[in-house]
Amino acid sequence: MWPCAFEGDIPSENDNALIKRYIYASPMIPILLKRTVHGVIVLWIVATFTFLLLRLAPGGPFDSERKLPPEVLANLEAKYHLDEPVLQQYARYLGGLARGDFGPSYKYLDRNVAEIISETLPTSALLGGLALMFTILTAFPIGLLAAYYRGSLIDRWCLFVATLGISLPNFILGALLIWLVALELGWLQAGRWDDWRSVILPTVTLGAAPAAYLSALVRSTLIETLGEDFVRTARAKGLRESVVVVKHALAHSLIPTLTVMGPLAAALLTGSFVVEYVFAIPGMGRFFITAVTDRDYPLIMGVTLVYTAILVGANFIVDVLYGYVDPRIRAH
Amino acid sequence: MSKLAPAANAWLVSSACIVSIVIVLGFLAPWIAPYSVGGLEAKRLLEPPSSAHWMGTDGLGRDLLTRVLYGARVSMTVGLGTALIALVIGTIYGLIAGFKGGNWDHFLMRVVDIFYGLPDMLIFILLSLLFGRNIGGLLLALGLVTWVRFARIARGQVLQAKELPFVESAAALGSSRSRILLRHILPNIIAPIIVTLTFSIPSAILAESTLSFIGIGINDPYSAWGTSWGTLAQDGYRAMRSYPHVIAFPAAAIFVTILAFNTLGNALRDALDVKEK
Repeated sequence: MWPCAFEGDIPSENDNALIKRYIYASPMIPILLKRTVHGVIVLWIVATFTFLLLRLAPGGPFDSERKLPPEVLANLEAKYHLDEPVLQQYARYLGGLARGDFGPSYKYLDRNVAEIISETLPTSALLGGLALMFTILTAFPIGLLAAYYRGSLIDRWCLFVATLGISLPNFILGALLIWLVALELGWLQAGRWDDWRSVILPTVTLGAAPAAYLSALVRSTLIETLGEDFVRTARAKGLRESVVVVKHALAHSLIPTLTVMGPLAAALLTGSFVVEYVFAIPGMGRFFITAVTDRDYPLIMGVTLVYTAILVGANFIVDVLYGYVDPRIRAH
Repeated sequence: MSKLAPAANAWLVSSACIVSIVIVLGFLAPWIAPYSVGGLEAKRLLEPPSSAHWMGTDGLGRDLLTRVLYGARVSMTVGLGTALIALVIGTIYGLIAGFKGGNWDHFLMRVVDIFYGLPDMLIFILLSLLFGRNIGGLLLALGLVTWVRFARIARGQVLQAKELPFVESAAALGSSRSRILLRHILPNIIAPIIVTLTFSIPSAILAESTLSFIGIGINDPYSAWGTSWGTLAQDGYRAMRSYPHVIAFPAAAIFVTILAFNTLGNALRDALDVKEK
């Protein structure tokens, strides 16, 4: 996928040499290194922010309906080092993080936070990955179709569906799908997470709003690109229409679409705990919600940090992909 | 406005109408609701819609229409309140960053970038732990999540406006900095701010109803101000198999309201000719 800045020409020998000079003269490594350091700093800021916030929050993890005797409370606090000065607790927590230790869970006494996360993360990752696939596989064809037949009935229908999709909260869509497809029609299952029949509805629920958003974006960038000179040139050269649209126009529209992949990953993450709740999927998001109700602070912090790390990672991948889609970016 | 196609104008007018209706219904809830907000009829549990109860009754025999109307008041308070808080904080912040420029700008916008990169819902949940799960705490938490949007827009607009010839001539004529900011730059950035304002209302409503649905939103089941649509939907969700009407009406209310605000935002963006960056 070469840049289309060459007026739609297939890159000649000379152009290729030029591009190679661009790439090799300024390798990606320093940029990637910088991004990694940046990511670590973001994680540290989030860890500090969350730590402070949860220390300031009113009500403790051991406030229950039945008041604990002071001796028991003191013992619990000593066990979890809550009786130490805040700075010491903070240092202890960061030190633990560096060793991959997220601390104990206040609620689940038989497992620590790292164990809970490693048990539930694969489920959430599978759901998120499937939803991302669904998003991409539906958004690009729909956006392309709508842009190509701009102003037609197809276009207006696509836009209409996209607007509905963006405005439909995923908990409502989830409930609607469960009611219609699982309860009334009995085609698929809900409330389980074991075979393909139970996976489809959560995937669609999680992916719908991102797909709607992305397809609208693909459409608008493609419409812009299809009006460019190099597309006209490509057509004038007598290239097949499919080559013009996919190789010239679509490839050129990938950059604006890539820029939203970061926010998209964020939407899938936060969407996942709603969807996991609605469909009773044993993923990380569901544990996050129960941790919030239980005020299980170490678990809240652990999941928050894992979410942040995933986001930082997603943005990192997007940055690398930029370089592949548009080699000019590697030069800067 | 006059250059708009009739179809675009129709969208603008119809979405503005729906939005106004929801706002009016919500804030007039105590006067127009057919039943009292706490009233329950023990013999009329989970009744389907009828002439006495247009939306039926819920699991405690409460009139669903009354609850949905009061829910509109909660949603509108959350949406409008959040947007206002975020508008004030974000715009002032963005104006300062854009107008000061240099290192100030760099530092201030770094803070915004970090906030902006994190998922709204995550920060929102963490902040609501701090501020408490009542409507005031939620408003504050949502405002603190949403302000970054305004900060970005305001700063970008100031940077652009600073380069405009009329601002330069105002400076050349000896206007003070605050006068330039208030008289010349501020009026020029109002259009994109209005569009951002319109879009931030539905996302606040969405965030609040989602959290209430999953049980970590407003935790005040007998509030006289009303119960969140998200909580109503949650109540209905549990009885969905046999009594779909209990979830259908609150869910429809959420959907229609968010859709109307989003459509209004799109229509305003076209009408005011605001380019998205």
